[in-house]
Amino acid sequence: MAGLAAAFGSGAMTNTIADIQAADVILITGSNTSENHPVISSIIKRAIKFKGAKLIVVDPRRIKMTDHADYWLRPNLGTDTAWINGLMHVIVKENLHDQTFIENRTEGFEDFKKSLEKYTPEFVEGITGIGAKKIVSAARLFGNAKVASIVYCMGITQHTSGTDNVKALANLSMLCGYLGVPGGGVNPLRGQNNVQGACDMGGLPNVYTAYQQVADPAVARKMEKAWKVKGLSTKVGLKVTEMIPKAHAGQLKGMYIVGENPLVSDADLNHVEESLKNLDFLVVQDIFLTETAKMADVVLPSLCFAEKDGTFSNTERRVQRIRKAVDGPEQAKEDWWIASQIGTRMGFPMEYGNSEAIFEEIRRVTPSYAGLTYGRIEQTGLHWPCPTEKHPGTPILHGQQFTRGKGLFHPLEWIPPAEQADNDYPLLLTTGRVLYQYHTGTMTMKSEGLNERAPESFVEISRADADKFGVKHDQMVTIASRRGEIQVKVKVSSMAVEGTVFIPFHFAKAAANRLTNAKLDPLSGIPEFKVCAVKIKDAA
Amino acid sequence: MTKSEQATITINGNSYPFHNGNTILDVARDNQIEIPTLCHLKSATPTGACRICVVEVKGARTLLASCATPAVRDMVVQTESAKVVEARKQILQLMLSSGNHNCAVRGSDDLEWTAFQLKVQDDDASGQLCPVWGDCRLQDLAYRYQVSGERFPATPSRYPIENVNPFIVRDFSRCIQCGRCVQACNDVQVNNAINFGYRGPESKIIAATDRPLKDSDCVFCGECVQACPVGALVEKNIRYDVRPWQTEPVRTTCTYCGVGCQIYLHVRDNQVVKVTGVEDAPPNYASLCVKGRFGHDFIGSPQRLDKPLIKENGKHREASWDQALDLVADRFKSIRDSNGPDSIGVLTSARISNEENYIIQKFARAVLKTNSIDHCARL
Repeated sequence: MAGLAAAFGSGAMTNTIADIQAADVILITGSNTSENHPVISSIIKRAIKFKGAKLIVVDPRRIKMTDHADYWLRPNLGTDTAWINGLMHVIVKENLHDQTFIENRTEGFEDFKKSLEKYTPEFVEGITGIGAKKIVSAARLFGNAKVASIVYCMGITQHTSGTDNVKALANLSMLCGYLGVPGGGVNPLRGQNNVQGACDMGGLPNVYTAYQQVADPAVARKMEKAWKVKGLSTKVGLKVTEMIPKAHAGQLKGMYIVGENPLVSDADLNHVEESLKNLDFLVVQDIFLTETAKMADVVLPSLCFAEKDGTFSNTERRVQRIRKAVDGPEQAKEDWWIASQIGTRMGFPMEYGNSEAIFEEIRRVTPSYAGLTYGRIEQTGLHWPCPTEKHPGTPILHGQQFTRGKGLFHPLEWIPPAEQADNDYPLLLTTGRVLYQYHTGTMTMKSEGLNERAPESFVEISRADADKFGVKHDQMVTIASRRGEIQVKVKVSSMAVEGTVFIPFHFAKAAANRLTNAKLDPLSGIPEFKVCAVKIKDAA
Repeated sequence: MTKSEQATITINGNSYPFHNGNTILDVARDNQIEIPTLCHLKSATPTGACRICVVEVKGARTLLASCATPAVRDMVVQTESAKVVEARKQILQLMLSSGNHNCAVRGSDDLEWTAFQLKVQDDDASGQLCPVWGDCRLQDLAYRYQVSGERFPATPSRYPIENVNPFIVRDFSRCIQCGRCVQACNDVQVNNAINFGYRGPESKIIAATDRPLKDSDCVFCGECVQACPVGALVEKNIRYDVRPWQTEPVRTTCTYCGVGCQIYLHVRDNQVVKVTGVEDAPPNYASLCVKGRFGHDFIGSPQRLDKPLIKENGKHREASWDQALDLVADRFKSIRDSNGPDSIGVLTSARISNEENYIIQKFARAVLKTNSIDHCARL
């Protein structure tokens, strides 16, 4: 989200889910929408079928959405900034950009424009492998739209250049004036039910709720007053991807992990495992004894979403209720109750009657949530920012002006991924999810039906590569990177393109993240899950 | 146009204004006049296939399907005239006579009923009444119009039940060919997995070239199950086991991806037995995916953690909350006090509520005095 925050001043979907249907061109990139956000994929497919919207898909795999697309652009892994710059080069050259919008609403255009000069379609073809003609056609389609929506996901962000990729998409949308209007915008799809809420609530090392900076002493004073506490730190804390190396180095002594399973979800798992072992004290709070929980000194059982009241904030910033439907395991507790108890026993009283009492405190310290109440969202959730109880919520951001005032163009250069294919590791690996499983599988793998559809890990490989490396469909093979190796079944598939293989990361037994590269984007701290070099070793 | 000039139609003797593009059905529904429908699927183009929604329009030679007939200025409509009722009865009788509609609205002849029930038992390996008894649009209408299937001879079921996938049972003997599932699949989800196949009496809803769903483009979103007005498409895990009157729906938000679909958890005996999408509510308007609809087993899983655990000599043992919480508080306190606040890291979660995330970051900042708190947004 750092990329959008830099360009616009806030990092979230600019428009709503339903609003995508108002677009006449939709650009999907780095999102396997029909498997990871199926309901949104249907909205997009309806826009195509009934409203005549055109679809451009840019993805290294022949994902299902390409069946519905007017153009499928197939970039080499880790070349996103290059093709985005290529589209913009054509749009500027052919004068398809929105001069009025650029003058009134943005800054930094001239420097940015210069930075595009060298990204000719031919130059971009050399980097990305996308044909120059296709770049020109797609750029014309996008630039000539009345309004176009950009939809992206982790395929854009999980790169060492992830922040640049997002900024490039922000540039593209601003260039054409597709922001602040229905059917437009730059729309990151959130992969987990409450990622948006966890960010909004300050579950980040640099901000309190509503993205109030921890480094700002005025904010610290405000929070000290609200919480009746002294000495809040104004030092930005560690990101998860920084905590692990610090634990490895013995500088981080204790961890409190709630509802996360880094032992399957993080990059370079062998390193993560050693790091967590090195902790003096590890507490894990979860609904299952996950791989991570097995390592914990203390495990605390919590209630799941169906057993408690509260709110989630979805990918379109809509704050919605969750409600208790069943009683959970006898001794399991709400996560807020457990953390409050630890706090109270450490000498800082944290006592709340129920989730609504906590929400009322959230409203007092969170300007974008101040106007929300359980009563107002009883039937239909509202989009933040919602500053007062009279405010109707904000479905579309940046209507009159950007959160940061003017939208900022960033001149960007393409930077190659941290690892390239070579003689020792001749294939590139990219990772992701499949329709029938979810994240580390702790929930979906409890459903027999889902397991029947997606029972085990696999390596998706093109027919050409299968022949080249002498492997057959359904054969078990060992896939190795410089960091580790796993055994998986071969799936020869037309979704794969020669030179690139795909492995889903759900399966702990053959965890794709034993292979992935933990090299980080310098700004966002996101690891490069989407590109690393691998080889197929002899059949397992 | 002023208000007094606004175009109106007359339904059952009262006049109602309408907008251009409204169908007779739209105007009726807007004014709480009930016209029965079977094939009509809101948000999809009307097909007029089942004709149960026919109405009598003054000046028209035949009865018209209200779902597909646009309202026209000064039109005069009767929704329950004798002709309309007779037509609906006949449609219902035809539907009820073809296939295994063993919902005990069949009539009074005991022998005939017994023979019929035995046949159904043979087809479906169950002696129970229809699995959607009490939650069936056809049954409701048969009751409303007081008809049964006896009027026409029973026709045999042409195609066997398909239950070779883990989620959905397709019972062609209870299908009335209304086409709602076809629209749900092609026009709502746009997965294009099923369609009408064959012709006349042989007609059947088919997947691909008449293959089981599991070998087609079906992604088991279950939109068709939710759209089916009868017992032709039913969730496999609860078929014959859970009856609609045994469950209470609780509205909540799905816990999988970030779309935030609005769902009902259907609860029986403290167990979530079924999930449906909430109609008329954003962002999903009843649509769900396979995980949201069928991936709820984890809630009541016997593998759920139910007691705090403390590791001693490399092994977890069960502990009381007091023991576990005191241990955590003591250890965090001593680490914080001897190594400084930044020696502890907290990972909160993208899976838990806003309220819980708020409390956990407050704990990290106000109690541990560190900003080293993060979650897996990046992963």
